[in-house]
Amino acid sequence: MEEKATKAEPKEKKTHDKQEAVIDIKHLKKSFGSKDVLKDINLVVHRGENVVVLGRSGQGKSVTIQCIVGMLIPDAGTLKVFGEEVADLSEKELKELRMKIGFLFQSGALYDSMTVRENLEFPLTRVLKIKDQAEIDKRVEEVLDGVGLAEAIDKMPSDLSGGMRKRAGLARTLIIKPEIMLYDEPTTGLDPITSREISELILNMQKKYKTTSIIITHDMECARITADRVVIMDDGEYIEEGTFDSLQKSKNKIVQSFFKDIS
Amino acid sequence: MAEEITIPGWKKWLEDIGEQVSFFIRFFKNIFVGGFEWSEFVRQCYEIGYRSIMLVGITSFIMGVVLILQLRPTLVSFGAASMLPKTLSVSFVREIGPVIIAIICAGKIASSIGAELGSMKVTEQLDAMDVSGANPLQYLVVTRILATTIMVPILSVIGDVIGLFGGFLALNLRDHISISLYATKVIASLDYTDFLPAFIKTIFFGMAIGFVGCYKGFHSSKGTESVGLAANSAVVTASLWIFVIDAIAVQITSILFYK
Repeated sequence: MEEKATKAEPKEKKTHDKQEAVIDIKHLKKSFGSKDVLKDINLVVHRGENVVVLGRSGQGKSVTIQCIVGMLIPDAGTLKVFGEEVADLSEKELKELRMKIGFLFQSGALYDSMTVRENLEFPLTRVLKIKDQAEIDKRVEEVLDGVGLAEAIDKMPSDLSGGMRKRAGLARTLIIKPEIMLYDEPTTGLDPITSREISELILNMQKKYKTTSIIITHDMECARITADRVVIMDDGEYIEEGTFDSLQKSKNKIVQSFFKDIS
Repeated sequence: MAEEITIPGWKKWLEDIGEQVSFFIRFFKNIFVGGFEWSEFVRQCYEIGYRSIMLVGITSFIMGVVLILQLRPTLVSFGAASMLPKTLSVSFVREIGPVIIAIICAGKIASSIGAELGSMKVTEQLDAMDVSGANPLQYLVVTRILATTIMVPILSVIGDVIGLFGGFLALNLRDHISISLYATKVIASLDYTDFLPAFIKTIFFGMAIGFVGCYKGFHSSKGTESVGLAANSAVVTASLWIFVIDAIAVQITSILFYK
């Protein structure tokens, strides 16, 4: 994979096993009423790869990842995760698949009646069914340390700032050690410094936990920091893809419009 | 571009009924799935039961006082003032207590559950729970519906006692009756056919309150306005269900006990 050095360069050059497609989407379509949100989506994501999907708001970027975890059922096309067609999975199989996928919501989606500790314990006790409290405590502390939030362990979500909520949400997602991470606009609503910190955190966590990621965003800095490959979405289709640097040189006007403010 | 599809109102209504039946079946199945959420269930019993005692107590007390004050002139005009304890106890235990307390609970509990779950839906907490592989029905719905099913009858019994005590105090404003005589008259005027059917119907009231609150919260649309709508709709629907269940229960009780 061709990749040039970038300005901030927190990322190292990586090679991906091209043979192993973790996510394989072909001709995916999804409509809501009369609105065709996804018209013809084709995407293959390889193990260990960070794919950033860029697109304007309301273009259905999040719909794609919601289909991946089975929150939405596509109208047409195929969507395979680990070689399994998601739409054909039974409830039990879907639950097992979801245990391998982490989904970071735009808002962090922390359970607001629980402390940060309880939020992190929830997937361990309910999903992984871990009973040993020492093991639970160890994993909670380890993952909170990793996202730099150890001091907030007993705080309520309402006491956290936007960036801290995102970090806590990320910690809760990573605690079950997923193989795939799906990020839905992870830096939306954050100031530029915190956005950058979160982007670097995503990259560091990806290295540490060796996850495959799809990052939905319209934050170019986040894309530059995290992406191995960038896919541009417009009008329900992926119109162009490549490395961040290669897309900067694209002749396509829609692609150019994303990069015009990047010096 | 696909054509705009307009679904007729009656079809939406039927769809909603179908959704409710499906939601109830899923709730029922999840009761028996392993790993019952005891700590959340106990927390909900505390939130729903203990935190409603004051409201239920004040309402029941006032109802007991008001009923005696309203009944007294009529019964006195018939020379039946001695019937006041019996009239109050039978009407309160059979009908007024359970229904008024259930309506109060619908206003407090169903709206609170509807708003809480609606808010969790809006802030993607329900989706997060679902996507993580956890079971939101087991954690959020089963615990809340079972807690209301158990706590509303208990609140109703507490409300009955407080309402009858309110009646005793109101009676002593104009007449003089000792607490022991009043209690004797109340107990003598009640038998199991008064208490048991009323108690059983409060179990259904409680289940309806919890179910409607959870259903409306879970099925609210994504927007801050929908949280208010879910809470409002939960109160209205739960109140309606209480009257429907009451009408059915009274009919069944009449057939079984009051031939």
